[in-house]
Amino acid sequence: MSGSAVRDALDTVGLSTAGAPSPRASSGSAPFFSVRGVSKRFGAVRALEHVDLDLGSDELLVVLGPTGAGKTTLLRTIAGLERPDTGSLRMRGGEITGLSPAERDVALVFQNFSLYPRWTVRKNLEFPLRAPGRNVPPAEIQRRIEWAAELLNITRYLDREASRLSGGEMQRVAIGRAIVRRPKLFLMDEPLTNLDAKLREVLRVELVQLRRELQTPMIFVTHDQAEALSMADRVVVLAEGRVLQVGTPREIYERPVSPVVALQLGQPAINLLRVRREGGQWLSTDGTPLLAVADTGSADTSPADTSPAEGLLGVRPEHLSLDGGSLAPQGVVVSVEYIGPTTTLLVEWAGARVHIVLPRRAAPRPGDRIRPRIDAARAVFFPPEGAPRLPGSAEPTFLDRGSARRSDPSHASSLSSAAHPTFHPPTKDMP
Amino acid sequence: MSFLRLERLAKTYPDGTRAVDGVDFSADEGEFVVLLGPSGCGKTTTLRMIAGLELPSGGAIRLAGRDITRLRPSQRDIGMVFQFYALYPHLRVGANIGFPLRAAGLTAGAIEERVGAVAAQMGLAPLLGLYPRQLSGGDQQKVSLARAIVRRPALFLMDEPLGTLDADQRLAMRELIRAVQRESRVTTIYVTHDQEEAMSLADRIVVMSGGRIRQVGTPADIYDRPADRFVAAFVGSPGMNFIACTVAGINGKLQLISESGQLRLDVPLPTAPRAPTTPSAGDARATLGIRCEHVHVDANGPIVGRVVSDQYLGSARLLHVDTPCGRLMLRAESALSRGPGAELRLSLDASHASVFDGATEARW
Repeated sequence: MSGSAVRDALDTVGLSTAGAPSPRASSGSAPFFSVRGVSKRFGAVRALEHVDLDLGSDELLVVLGPTGAGKTTLLRTIAGLERPDTGSLRMRGGEITGLSPAERDVALVFQNFSLYPRWTVRKNLEFPLRAPGRNVPPAEIQRRIEWAAELLNITRYLDREASRLSGGEMQRVAIGRAIVRRPKLFLMDEPLTNLDAKLREVLRVELVQLRRELQTPMIFVTHDQAEALSMADRVVVLAEGRVLQVGTPREIYERPVSPVVALQLGQPAINLLRVRREGGQWLSTDGTPLLAVADTGSADTSPADTSPAEGLLGVRPEHLSLDGGSLAPQGVVVSVEYIGPTTTLLVEWAGARVHIVLPRRAAPRPGDRIRPRIDAARAVFFPPEGAPRLPGSAEPTFLDRGSARRSDPSHASSLSSAAHPTFHPPTKDMP
Repeated sequence: MSFLRLERLAKTYPDGTRAVDGVDFSADEGEFVVLLGPSGCGKTTTLRMIAGLELPSGGAIRLAGRDITRLRPSQRDIGMVFQFYALYPHLRVGANIGFPLRAAGLTAGAIEERVGAVAAQMGLAPLLGLYPRQLSGGDQQKVSLARAIVRRPALFLMDEPLGTLDADQRLAMRELIRAVQRESRVTTIYVTHDQEEAMSLADRIVVMSGGRIRQVGTPADIYDRPADRFVAAFVGSPGMNFIACTVAGINGKLQLISESGQLRLDVPLPTAPRAPTTPSAGDARATLGIRCEHVHVDANGPIVGRVVSDQYLGSARLLHVDTPCGRLMLRAESALSRGPGAELRLSLDASHASVFDGATEARW
């Protein structure tokens, strides 16, 4: 089916992602696949809560979220392995909610390599083509296997037993088994998670290129923010079964709609400083002046303003520098991580612990006193409604950020509330 | 004198597999040494031999001047942290942390005091009365770390302890491990396949592959002056770029020409003591290695290329560019997107280049 035929067929499908804070369809055309109002419970557990999303016909959509966010349930629902309690799924405009997995013609690749270990690579690749009712002629089977093996660089393993392959080779074969079928849609459930760090880097690039060559849309589920940022055309941030934000990696990185979303992307995570307004300044919890309100307030900084008197200031670690000047509040370096081209500092500053990422050799040492400066133009202000209790500031321990996100009950309310951060100034060339 | 010393340590399995093939290194007291390498490089087998969980088929292990090669694990005074949490589910956090002390026969008062001190140091004090299942994954790791350090062993061994954690928890745990190790000054040997983890934690890194050591050095040494092509590719995210070259001449500098002929580069003459022979001009082959942060988009650059991949990383972009010299990776400003197919000119900062022997792949 040609691209224009797809678009014609989909003209009637709306683009709205009602409920999602930042709706945005890819490239302006009608979606290839859409999820509308899908909810799913397992007993008392609400796995998915009114999920809406759209996938373009040549798009790589990454669903990002922590463990237990509902990512795998969403993928299995799209694949037809789970029936939604409510809501509908459409492919090319046609209702598919009631169709079996086979009828949907999607290919699913799992985290575990799920090959037949005693079969050769060739036999593993042939298997989906020899399925009953598929009727692919033998010559065509051979052609497709050679094509897939070539694409994935596994030709030399074709006659080797799958159990003798390394993890990376096995995952290439698993991907090969998905592509020989020429499915309409690829669904990937953390396919790189069990691989070595080095191999993950390589396969990320390969998967994106492969998908682009095949021009087949893909939904890729991961909890790894680096995978989401680097691979996605658009990212869907999912938590506790709900879509929190949809957008390009850059939109979500630079303009997160809530502190919870902001914490999902970026490594080290964004610094969240609890601030209150006093005398035209944003003060930290211990009274340290951090920024002039005028620098962050945008529209609501007039003297008689109604802007909130407190909130969270989100500052990415690379948007802090050490040139605060002699009057700037002092911080103490707690630890220094040297990682190739950059250095990450953990700094006790303004009653909190903040991360600062610097170009490599500029770095101070543990115990050094420094004067950080916030790049005001890149800071994000979150008003207090629904803002989670600030991780890291009240009780400075090392792991607060990770554990707080999981256990803090106030997050649940923040997910449903409409937190509208203020940005200043808007980034010039936001796509 | 070194505190832990491995001498020609080897492990050959009955089927003939040489998992560890003559490993020599030492760690000073209080030092944090990371064994880094891909799956199957022998790093975990080496660690298990230090712990006494595997017996070496050759060589010796000395700890604090004592030959421990054949001692039982319990006789070695070593604390081991595995990847999994391995907490006792029926014991509260306090009892989990105190378990090794009770096993060692300390009095209840002494146990309480030591557990309290460690818990305070690691921010676990409010959790002492909870059960492991009530904790987050990160807190469970903290407890397992606390349990390992409460005994004040002579040596910590850690086998990929962060493998099961989410990325943000890994960073927090790294900071915790480093802070605890720096405070306790207990010599630590830590195994990982993650080069970023190794760089961020180690005083020194031992890079392994195929059961052998490829390089021992500080993170900066390993990153800036990799001993061979394997180390250069394995360390760094991404690994180093390589350009196949021939040596055109030596004239105060090493004059290299890319095999494609497109690129001429004068590189400072190698001064490393490891240089096996001075490279000769003529047909000598060499590989130029350059980190992605030393490749720049440059309108007047000598290399013309086409973007094949443009990855947004938040604080920067990682571009993969196909050029006549091969594929080059570089970091670029995150604000400017260059889609696949875009043409670019690139230049290299030769003062940061590494040069490897074309045949042996060792650093010149």
